[in-house]
Amino acid sequence: MTKRDDTWRVELRAQMKAKERTNLHRVEMPELDSEYRSHIRNEEVNLGLTPQMAIQEAHRCLDCANPTCMDGCPVNINIPGFIKNIERGEFLEAAKVLKETSALPAVCGRVCPQERQCEAQCIHVKMNKESVAIGHLERFAADYERESGQISVPETAPANGMKVAVVGSGPAGLSFAGDMAKLGYEVHVFEALHEIGGVLKYGIPEFRLPNHIVDVEIDNLRQMGVRFMNNCIIGKTIAIHELEQDGFQGIFVASGAGLPRFMNIKGENLVGVMSSNEYLTRVNLMDAANPDSDTPVYKGKKVAVIGGGNTAMDSVRTARRLGAEKAIIVYRRSEEEMPARREEVIHAKSEGIDFMTLHNPIEYIGNESGRVTHMVLQVMQLGEPDESGRRSPVEVPGKTVTVEVDEVIVSVGVSPNPLLAQSTPELQTSKRGTLVVNEDTLQSVSMPVIFAGGDIVRGGATVILAMGDGRRAAKAMDEWIKSKLK
Amino acid sequence: MNKIISKENFSANVVKFVVEAPLIAKARRAGHFVMVRVGEKGERIPLTIADADVERGTITLVIQRTGVSSTKICALEAGDYITDMVGPLGKATHIENFGTVVCACGGVGTAPMMPIVAALKKAGNRVITVLAARTKDLIILEEQMRENSDEVIIMTDDGSYGNKGLVTNGVESVIQSEKVDMCVTIGPAIMMKFVSELTRKYNVPTVASLNTIMVDGTGMCGACRVTIGGKTRFVCVDGPEFDAHQVDFDEMLMRLGGYREQEKEEMERKVLHKK
Repeated sequence: MTKRDDTWRVELRAQMKAKERTNLHRVEMPELDSEYRSHIRNEEVNLGLTPQMAIQEAHRCLDCANPTCMDGCPVNINIPGFIKNIERGEFLEAAKVLKETSALPAVCGRVCPQERQCEAQCIHVKMNKESVAIGHLERFAADYERESGQISVPETAPANGMKVAVVGSGPAGLSFAGDMAKLGYEVHVFEALHEIGGVLKYGIPEFRLPNHIVDVEIDNLRQMGVRFMNNCIIGKTIAIHELEQDGFQGIFVASGAGLPRFMNIKGENLVGVMSSNEYLTRVNLMDAANPDSDTPVYKGKKVAVIGGGNTAMDSVRTARRLGAEKAIIVYRRSEEEMPARREEVIHAKSEGIDFMTLHNPIEYIGNESGRVTHMVLQVMQLGEPDESGRRSPVEVPGKTVTVEVDEVIVSVGVSPNPLLAQSTPELQTSKRGTLVVNEDTLQSVSMPVIFAGGDIVRGGATVILAMGDGRRAAKAMDEWIKSKLK
Repeated sequence: MNKIISKENFSANVVKFVVEAPLIAKARRAGHFVMVRVGEKGERIPLTIADADVERGTITLVIQRTGVSSTKICALEAGDYITDMVGPLGKATHIENFGTVVCACGGVGTAPMMPIVAALKKAGNRVITVLAARTKDLIILEEQMRENSDEVIIMTDDGSYGNKGLVTNGVESVIQSEKVDMCVTIGPAIMMKFVSELTRKYNVPTVASLNTIMVDGTGMCGACRVTIGGKTRFVCVDGPEFDAHQVDFDEMLMRLGGYREQEKEEMERKVLHKK
C-alpha cells in the first residue's frame, strides 16, 4: 500500500539527515512503578508510548532502501511503511499497514521478542547503536487505532464459495484465519476451550497482555467474516473426516502444545506442585484469584517456579502478584542462557523476584497431608555447549541445598496436544508427538487436506513464529485448493 | 450454551439432567466425559456421560451435589442453559466379550457405570452389577441396571435395602461363587481402592474409572495426573479408565484433597450463607 518512493515518504526522508536521525536516543517505554505493580494483578506493566514519544522514535528510522528489519519479521510486516506513517502523524494509516500482514498487531507489539527478530536486524545495531523501538511503535499504532474507535477492517476478496476449517484459535489459527478471509474463503475456527484466543488468553497474563486487547483483534477477524465455534474439539466432538464430508476444502491444525512436561522426580505429584499451564490457566482463563470465581487457586507464600522461559517469568510474576512473599526462579543454567526475553527478566527482578540460577530440583518433600514443604536442589555449574549452542548444566557432585516452599510451579516446557493425533490414526506424527509436515508448505505428509503450524508442529515456540506459520500455511493451502480444483 | 431438556431428582442429592448436545451425543461412547461450566464465573468440572440419544440429540448427566459447582448445576431447571459444555473427552471404555464381568459401583459412580453395563451386556458378557450405597434412599438407577444386567446385587451400609455390607462384600460373594473374568469399578476413590485390593487378591483383572480434579480436561493443565504403575499419567487424555491394580490410590486420594480447604470456604461463602 505504502511505497518507499511515494512522494510523502521521499519528502519525509529529506526533512532530516540520517546522521541526525541516528543521533537521537531510543525512547524508554513508560511502565508502572515496580513496587505498586508487584501487588496488582490486572494492570499492564508497560504503559505504551505517547504520540509525541512515538513520533520522536519514528524519526530514528532511516527508511532504508533495503530494510533488513523486515527479514527479521516472521510475518513480513512493512516496517518502514508503518513507522514513516507514524512519523508524519498518520497513526491510523500506520495501523492499516500493520494489518496488511498481521492479524494481531496489538498482541505482537506486546509479546514478540523483537530484540531477537526485527530489531536485531535494524541498521542502527550494525552501527553499534540501539535499534529503533519497532515493537513499541507497533504497539503504539495498534493501540492508537483501537482507542480511536476508528478500527479499520482489512479488505476481503469477494467470497469464493469455499470453506476452510481451523483447529485452535491461538496465534497460528488467528493469523491463518485472517489471511484466508482476505482471500475470500469462508473460515470456521474451532476452539476447544470456552474462550477464543488460545495461549493469548489462558497463558499470557493480564499484566503483559490484557484480554480485552485480544478480544478486539478477534472481533476484527469476525468483522472480516471469520466464524468462531468454541467448546468444540476437532477429533473428539467432530472428526476430521466429518469436516471433509461437510465440504471443508482444507483444514489448518493449530492446536498448540497442550501437554505440560514434568521432570519425573520424587515428590512431583505432591499437593502444591503443578504445571505452569495449570497455574496460569486457573489465574488467567478462570480468573481464580478473583473471589467471585468458583475456580480455586493456591496463593503460596513461598513459591518456586522451575524454568527460565517466558512462561516461567509469567508464572513467578503472577505468584508475586497473588501475595507470595518469596517468589523464586529456579533455573539449571545461568542467567545468560535463559530463554526468556530480557525485558521479562528485568521486570521480574524489579518486582522482587529472586533468581536461583545454576540450581535444579531433584526432589520435593511434603508433610503428612501430602502438601509440598521443601524442595531439594542440586547445585549446577556450566559445562561445554550442548546442541542448543548454550553451555550445558552439569551437576556439582554432592552439592545440594534444601529450600522451604509451599508451592512449586513446574515450567520446563510443553509437548504437543495429543487429542487430534489420538483420534486420527492416519495422521503422521513424530516421536515427540508433533505433526509431520512439509517444511515449506506446512502440508501434512500423510493427509493432504491437513496443513499444520505453530506449537503442534514446532513443539514449543513463540506467538510470532506461530503467526508466521499461519500466514505460510494460508498461502500454501490457497494454492493447493486452487490447483486441486483446476 | 446447552439447553436442559428435562430434570429429575433421583434422591435428595442426586439429579438427572437430559441436555441438548447433538454433536456430543453422536460422538460419545461408554466411558466418555464432558467438561461443564455454569455461569461466567463458573468452574470447569468433569462429568461422565451417563447416556445419550443420538436421534433426539441429547446426553444424560447424573450429578451429585458435593461442592459449589455441582450445587450450582443441580440448581438449574428444565429450560435453563448450561453455559459451556465440551466433549466427549477421555478414552472410551474397552468393550469386548470377556465372559463374566462384575460391575461394582457406588454413589455417584452408579450413573457413569450404566452405559458400560449396557455396552458389556450387548457385547455378550454375563454382567453382574453390584450396586452400593450408604442407605436405601441413595440407591439409584436400580431398574435401569436390572434391564441391562444378568444379576443385580444391592448392598447398603445400614442394611436398609438388599444385603447389609460394603460393595466389596458383594463383589467377594460373586467371586467366591463363580468364575469372574473381569471387574469394572466406578465410585469414590476410597471405594475403588478397596475393590481393587480385593480383586488383586483373587487375580481378577480390574478397570477403574478415575474422577480427579481437572481444569481444562483436554491435556493442558496436568491437574488430573495420577501414578499408574510408577509412571505419571493424565486422567483426561490417557484415561479416565486404568488398570486398577496399577493405580496409586493413596496418592490420588491425597491429590483429591488438595483444594479441600478452599472448597469448604467457598461452599460456606457462596452456598450455605446465601440461603
